[in-house]
Amino acid sequence: MGATHETFSGKVLFLDRDDINTDEIIPAKYLTEITKTALKPYLLEDLKLEGFDPARDISDTQVIVTRSNFGCGSSREHAPWALEVNGINLVIAQDFSRIFRQNMYNCGMMAVELSAEQIEQLFSRFSQGPCTLRTDLAAMTFTFSSTGRESLTLPFSISGFDRTLVEAGGWVEFADSSY
Amino acid sequence: MGKTSAQKIFAAHLIDTQGEDISILSLDRVFCHEITTPIAINDLIERGKDRVFDADKIKAVIDHVTPAKDSKTAEQGKIMRDWARRQGIRDFFDIGENGVCHALFPEKGFVRPGFTVIMGDSHTCTHGAFCAFAAGVGTTDLEVGILKGVCSFKTPETLKITVSGTLRKGVYAKDVILAIIARLGVNGATNRVIEFTGEVIDSFSMEERMTLCNMAIEAGGTSGICYPDMTTVDYLWEFIKDDYTDKEAALADYIRWKADDDAQYADTVTIDVSDLVPVSTFGYKPDQVRPIDEFDSTPVDQVYIGSCTNGRIEDLRAAAAVLKGGKIADGVRGVLSPATPDVYRQAMKEGLIEIFMDAGFCITNPTCGACLGMSNGVLASGEVCASTTNRNFNGRMGKGGMVHLMSPASAAATALTGVLTSAPQDKGE
Ligand code: SF4
Repeated sequence: MGATHETFSGKVLFLDRDDINTDEIIPAKYLTEITKTALKPYLLEDLKLEGFDPARDISDTQVIVTRSNFGCGSSREHAPWALEVNGINLVIAQDFSRIFRQNMYNCGMMAVELSAEQIEQLFSRFSQGPCTLRTDLAAMTFTFSSTGRESLTLPFSISGFDRTLVEAGGWVEFADSSY
Repeated sequence: MGKTSAQKIFAAHLIDTQGEDISILSLDRVFCHEITTPIAINDLIERGKDRVFDADKIKAVIDHVTPAKDSKTAEQGKIMRDWARRQGIRDFFDIGENGVCHALFPEKGFVRPGFTVIMGDSHTCTHGAFCAFAAGVGTTDLEVGILKGVCSFKTPETLKITVSGTLRKGVYAKDVILAIIARLGVNGATNRVIEFTGEVIDSFSMEERMTLCNMAIEAGGTSGICYPDMTTVDYLWEFIKDDYTDKEAALADYIRWKADDDAQYADTVTIDVSDLVPVSTFGYKPDQVRPIDEFDSTPVDQVYIGSCTNGRIEDLRAAAAVLKGGKIADGVRGVLSPATPDVYRQAMKEGLIEIFMDAGFCITNPTCGACLGMSNGVLASGEVCASTTNRNFNGRMGKGGMVHLMSPASAAATALTGVLTSAPQDKGE
């Protein structure tokens, strides 16, 4: 639940594809695991994306930037967990599947939507070299930087309820005390 | 202003709102299976919250891998069994009476028009066939459902799909939903409830409506919904006959969940299916659909008939009608998994199991099995399967395997020829 800090910085992984589904994020055969940490080595193992090598590209990543409909497919919360145990608590995309997005906030993680133009801008300016992102939750801004490129600050918004969940440490604690 | 079915169900179950568009709803049913529930149970225990909101509204089954195939799946089953006993959950289905959740629970009469249903499973949308609001959720939502009987939803928009025309012979509900997904795209109904209506839906049996609603999620839909009518009442009658004087009274009660004529929709789509031919998916996304006759004799290694999409009795009848007297082509493996024990029993009574066996099929017990690549027919890398399931994602039925989704009749026809083949257009309904 690393998204609860007011500001945090991390390395960005760009995944240049629409419709990355939950089977690609964590294949179904690992659903028999009953601990989250057991999922760690298998994140994005079956991702169909040219030039992507999970062993090389995932280490040290804290943020994923991707295109449209990220997390479509199954309801499995193993998908956000597989991200979480790899230290990735923030995914930025043009849009998300409903269940995946909800699961992220329910776990106290963040799934943030930016416009197609903004996502395109991020890909064209930052996806080639190493890129880091500074997130300021109080100011609600992302600042992307990469050596040799002009940095870019973008405002973002999340709903009040999503923020409540991030701050409460998730939906179980919030619901049990509220209903 | 009129309301859609989902809006009516939301209004009747609303207990709180969060911000502008989040509704907290009370739940009539929380369904559980052994893949997503054990982690929820373990987490509740860790939080010191090992409780349930209402043991009678929780229904549980071991269905994905049963009998257990290894120590890990045995452990998942044990966690479910111990929990069901500890919490007094009477409707818990284990070996001998278990079957695929979305086929089993409707068969037991657990879903009624106007209900709110959640489960830690994306194909929970199947139950919308009964005019319920039924949605797949993640483990945390499931935990809260088990603990408090509530769930939060973004207030969904409704997409109305009117299916008109007459289906040709050899074309089934599966072909209709694949055609709809192809039209909408895998993202076309995200955050939306899909209401299916029109003369074709009116003529569908409950089984066909379930096949249709089952795949609403493949277009991103939160729930599929069919309106309640006499078909719904007939299906439920044995479970509700003590509650109503007659079927008309039941229908009069259920019809209030039907969308109003002046309801507001985010979008409406009309699809005429009169020219629809048997279709199959290609590639790794369920919206990649084309007529089976347009595939260049694509050979298959396996044919799989089963799952919550197409493992019901009507599906077995349609496949058996094609297989009758025939033999599976050389080099092709046939696997049939009746979705529930009742389906299995009925298929035996009707002589369908014998037809499958004579054709060379292996019959497995009711389970999800190969549908999600866990057991009973996992593919080797490079192998191809004609399947009646609902997902053709890369690796779904085994790493490196390719799945072509189609109707049971087309899958049976494919078994006989060994290459992707349309359901015969002169047999069947
Ligand atoms: S049959 Fe397949 S899609 Fe249906 S519940 Fe089982 S695993 Fe999921």
